[in-house]
Amino acid sequence: MSAAVRPRLAVWKFSSCDGCQLTLLDREDELLAVAEAVEVAYFLEATSGVVEGPYDVSLVEGSISTPHDVERIQEVRAASKVLVSIGACATAGGIQALRNFADLDELASIVYAHPSFLSALDTSTPIADHVPVDLELRGCPIDGRQLLELIGAVLAGRKPVLPAHSVCVECKSAGNVCVLVAHGEPCLGPVTQAGCGALCPRYHRGCYGCFGPMESAAPESLAPALASVGLDEADQGRLLRTFNGWAPPFRAASTVRLPDPRRRTT
Amino acid sequence: MSEDRTIRVDALARVEGEGALHVEIRDGALTGVALEIYEPPRFFEALLRGRRHTEPPDITARICGICPVAYQMSACEAIEDACGVVVDGPLRDLRRLLYCGEWIESHTLHVYLLHAPDFLGYDGALEMAADHRDRVAQGLELKKVGNALVEVVGGRAIHPINVRVGGFHRVPTRRELAPLLDDLRRVRDIAEDTVAWVAGFDFPDLTHDHELVALARPDEYAVIGGRIVSDRGLDLAASEFSGAFVEQHVARSNALHAFRSDGGRYLVGPLARFALGFDHLLPGARAAADAAGLTPDERNPFRSIVVRAVEVLHAVEEAIALLEGYEEPDAPARAVEPRAGTGHGVSEAPRGLLYHRYTLDDEGMITDAVIVPPTAQNQPGIETDLARLIEDNLDLGDDALRHVCEQAIRNHDPCISCATHFLDLTVDRR
Repeated sequence: MSAAVRPRLAVWKFSSCDGCQLTLLDREDELLAVAEAVEVAYFLEATSGVVEGPYDVSLVEGSISTPHDVERIQEVRAASKVLVSIGACATAGGIQALRNFADLDELASIVYAHPSFLSALDTSTPIADHVPVDLELRGCPIDGRQLLELIGAVLAGRKPVLPAHSVCVECKSAGNVCVLVAHGEPCLGPVTQAGCGALCPRYHRGCYGCFGPMESAAPESLAPALASVGLDEADQGRLLRTFNGWAPPFRAASTVRLPDPRRRTT
Repeated sequence: MSEDRTIRVDALARVEGEGALHVEIRDGALTGVALEIYEPPRFFEALLRGRRHTEPPDITARICGICPVAYQMSACEAIEDACGVVVDGPLRDLRRLLYCGEWIESHTLHVYLLHAPDFLGYDGALEMAADHRDRVAQGLELKKVGNALVEVVGGRAIHPINVRVGGFHRVPTRRELAPLLDDLRRVRDIAEDTVAWVAGFDFPDLTHDHELVALARPDEYAVIGGRIVSDRGLDLAASEFSGAFVEQHVARSNALHAFRSDGGRYLVGPLARFALGFDHLLPGARAAADAAGLTPDERNPFRSIVVRAVEVLHAVEEAIALLEGYEEPDAPARAVEPRAGTGHGVSEAPRGLLYHRYTLDDEGMITDAVIVPPTAQNQPGIETDLARLIEDNLDLGDDALRHVCEQAIRNHDPCISCATHFLDLTVDRR
């Protein structure tokens, strides 16, 4: 394929840990082939070479948490044919969305001597709250195999094959013993979207929700099972309120369980 | 030179996170250098308040996708310290093994993909691969083994799921670990060759005089726990960190800057570890360092890439030794009962000393958390390097000056996501 017709890929970073874009660099066996199949036009973690847009595919990591982010995501959207939000920050606001349940001034004063130097929004929110998003990849971090599937699908002009069922389904098909039932480990598998390969149960640990709520997740119906293995209301709330805590089903279920300075639910 | 010149780069590439550099030149003289870190603040220390003592390893891992193991290890050490538990023996060995994986993957990422392109004149490793495909492929092969180590022991390369306060959720079996031993023996030659390769690069002249600070242990090249020592006689327990170092908040940066409490600059990371831990390098790494002409007196930050390559070889050798001697721990974790108190944890992230401190109430809820990442500690030193470099190169054109500044910053493999943030270069000449 000649260089002129290769689709242009861009990778953007907002508020995040860099882990989701690193997932691409961590595909050691496929990275050079990917870099030949597409033109890596903007990917600052990997190269200082920048090609002007428009871009055929933009992968967007991170959440929107500053006034500058709000403007920049509009520019990214305008320059991108297909925009894909990748990871829990971009799809749900990330761990930094815990600020959404608190008072920003108070948080800032705990960490910084001069909070007035900062420029930050009260909230950390997903990309889709600000611009139309064409596709999303879940996970904290995303799964490398899913990322390759997505890139391949977009290049081929088809829909990527991404599971919408729960971690439980993956866990059963892997033949794992149920950590919740057999070992009394608190587990969010029944309400969490698949994609990780039921990783935690394979390590005798309950799922902690990296991939966020599955479609029509009902955390309330899981609550009695969590209570039966010793989690009080506040512990249940904290379990739901981590990397995907601002995703609506987890947000609603945690909000009724945790005392917040501000009762924000929207 | 009386003309006004301004150079601007929108963001520094090949670092973890985003920021800017502002250089001010007036009448041909350097009048100011400022690193701006504009990566959004994420308020981790505040968000940890009210969480349980079991949660920091998972939560703080998310500070950095490149070195999550470092965050998990310092967090575990600090919480265990608060609760009066010492994790030693085979469980500690398993932690060291996991940490070896992170050193291998993180250092190799930096050496091959982020830093080598500077020395060879490429925008990045993907461009470099067009001319040096075998070389890049070899780096990826080495990096992959580091990631495999983290995956098998930690469950996942980025944000491992198997680490817990007290140890692990499940310890790997000898059978699961066996393929790693073959992999490590195979890439040992690559690690050795990497040292020789990067030692042959052309290095700009620059000598720093920062105080070097690293962990020290009597019996090993320190990675987890130990005394905090320096080349100027500092020798402290982790619990004394706060008395010896202070963090300052400056207007232009969302990262705090750390200084010695007397105001002095200091440097953490590979150069510091190498200078202070030289005697504990494993034999292959020691021989490779000797062959590369490195001594504990090395003070050129541009040669940190060689030190990183030596540390990769050391980590490969250490991982081989740990795997050969592996005995499955009796239990995957020590029990850690919460109690009221404060605990301190230190470990050597690939980029340098990482300090965590937690205060717990008697239920094990966190009431205070302090995290001092390596890049915050190195930021004053990076600025000093830049000032010296710019003064020596004022006659360079803006593009050439920008390039050498970016390269000097990448010497320290800054992780801006950790420190909060990095790089936009503005050269303002009047």
